Amino acid sequence: MDTSVDSIKTRVIEIIAEQAVLEPSDVTLDSTLEDLGIDSLGLVESIFAIEEAFDISVPFNANAPQESDFDITSVASIIDGIKRLVAEQHE
Amino acid sequence: MKRVVITGAGTINALGQNVPDTLEAMREGRCGIGPLDIPDVDRLAIKIGGQVQGYDPEERFNRQQLALYDRFTQFTLIAAREAIAQSGLEFSGALAARAGVVLGNSGGGMTTLDENYRTVYEDGKNRVHPFVVPKLMNNAAASHVSMEFNLKGPSFTVSTACASSNHAMAQAFQLVHGGAAPVMVTGGSESMLCFGGVKAWEGLRVMSKDACRPFSANRNGMVQGEGAGIFVFEEYEHAKKRGAEILAEVAGFAMSSDAADIVMPSKNGAARAIKGAMKDARVNCSDVGYINAHGTGTAANDKTESAAVADVFGAHADKLMMSSTKSMHGHLIGGTGAVELLACIMALRDGVIAPTINYEEPDPECALDVVPNVARDAKVNVALSNAFAFGGLNAVLALKRFA
Repeated sequence: MDTSVDSIKTRVIEIIAEQAVLEPSDVTLDSTLEDLGIDSLGLVESIFAIEEAFDISVPFNANAPQESDFDITSVASIIDGIKRLVAEQHE
Repeated sequence: MKRVVITGAGTINALGQNVPDTLEAMREGRCGIGPLDIPDVDRLAIKIGGQVQGYDPEERFNRQQLALYDRFTQFTLIAAREAIAQSGLEFSGALAARAGVVLGNSGGGMTTLDENYRTVYEDGKNRVHPFVVPKLMNNAAASHVSMEFNLKGPSFTVSTACASSNHAMAQAFQLVHGGAAPVMVTGGSESMLCFGGVKAWEGLRVMSKDACRPFSANRNGMVQGEGAGIFVFEEYEHAKKRGAEILAEVAGFAMSSDAADIVMPSKNGAARAIKGAMKDARVNCSDVGYINAHGTGTAANDKTESAAVADVFGAHADKLMMSSTKSMHGHLIGGTGAVELLACIMALRDGVIAPTINYEEPDPECALDVVPNVARDAKVNVALSNAFAFGGLNAVLALKRFA
C-alpha cells in the first residue's frame, strides 16, 4: 500500500468526494463535511472506507464526535488525522 | 365500519418484475423456479429456487441507497413504487399524517447477515460496514417506504414466518376499516436466497430438490422464492371521491393460533381461520369461488389444508377452485401471501384462475379442484387467501369482486 503523504491526501479526498457525489477537484482542503453535504451516516461510512483503504482504526465515536481523538472540522484536519494514524499504526 | 378497497398493486418476484408480467405468467402457468445463482451453491443440497432473474439493483437505486437497502428492501421499494403509482395517490398534509405502512417480513436482511458473517467468520476481518444494522433490521423495508412516500401515520413490521404478509395486510385492513387511517400501504417481502438462508431451510429436510408440486401425490417438498408484493388499501369513500380504479374489495379476515406444534400444521387451526374470515366478511360458503391455497408442496401442509377446506365447506368444497401459485413463484416465506393476493385479484377482476402447475398425480388426501396445470376462466365473487405459518399462526383474508 502506498502511504506516502501525497497519496494519503489524494485517496482521502477521493473517498470524501465519492461520499458527497462530487468530483475530487470540487473537494478543497478547507471544505467542511457540512459544506459537502455529508451527514452523520455519510461520515461513518467515510470513516469505514478510510479504515478499509489504509488498514487503520480511526478512534471516532458517532455518539460524541467532539470527544473523539479525531478532528473532523475540515477536509484538511481529517487528512492530518489520517496521516498521523497511518504513521502510528504502520510503524 | 368503513369499506376497504385495493387501489394499487405492485410486485417483483420470479415470475415478473411488475404486476402485468406476473399475472401473464400465472395465466400461462409459467414456472419461475430454476437453478439458484448464488455464492457457494455447490455446497448446498438444494440448488433450486424462485429467484428474481435479470435484476440489476444499480438500474433502480443509486450508490447511497444501495449502501442502505438490503435485497428485501429493494424488492419492497420496487413493488411499492408500482402500487402507489397505480393508486395515483400523493401523500402530503393531512393524508400523509394519517397514512402508514404495515409490512410482513420474516427473515429481514438475510443477505446482509450472510455477507457480513462471511466477512467476520470466514475472511477473519474485524471491521464491518457501518450500515449493517440499519440494513438488516426487519423494519428497514417499512421504514424506507415511509420515507420515500412521506407516510407519517402508523407503520410497523409483522413477523409471523409464512403468514407474515397476511397478518400485515390484516392489520392494514383493520386500520382502514376502523377509521384510524384512510390509506395504508401493505404487503410484504422476503429475500433469503443466500447460502445461509437456503442452508437453514435445508436442515429441516422439507425442501424439494427438483420442483414444487402442491397437492400432487408425488410432491416432495417446498421450494423457496423471493420478492415482494405491495398494495394500497384505501377507504372506499376516499377512493370513490377521487375516482380511483378499484381492483378488489378487502371484505374481512381472521387469525387463529394452533397452540400445538412449532412446525406441524393443524386442520382445526386452519379451519377456524377460514371460517372466521368468511364470518368477518359476511359471506357464506357457497359465495366462495376461489381459494389461493397456502399449498406449500409439503406432505403435511397440503393434506391438512385440503382436509380443513373439506371440513369448512362440506359439499361446496367440490365446487370451489383452490390453487397454489407457489408452484410457479416458490414460497416467498414472509412475502408469500402478498404475491399470492395478486392471484385473488386476477380471479375476481379478470375472471382468470391461476393454476397449480407441476401437478402430476391425484392424491386422495387432496381431493379438491386444484386447477391443475392450466389456468381457467371463471366468474368469482369471493376469494380467500390462506397462510398458515410455522409456529401454528394462521391468517386468512377474504376479498370480494368490486362491482
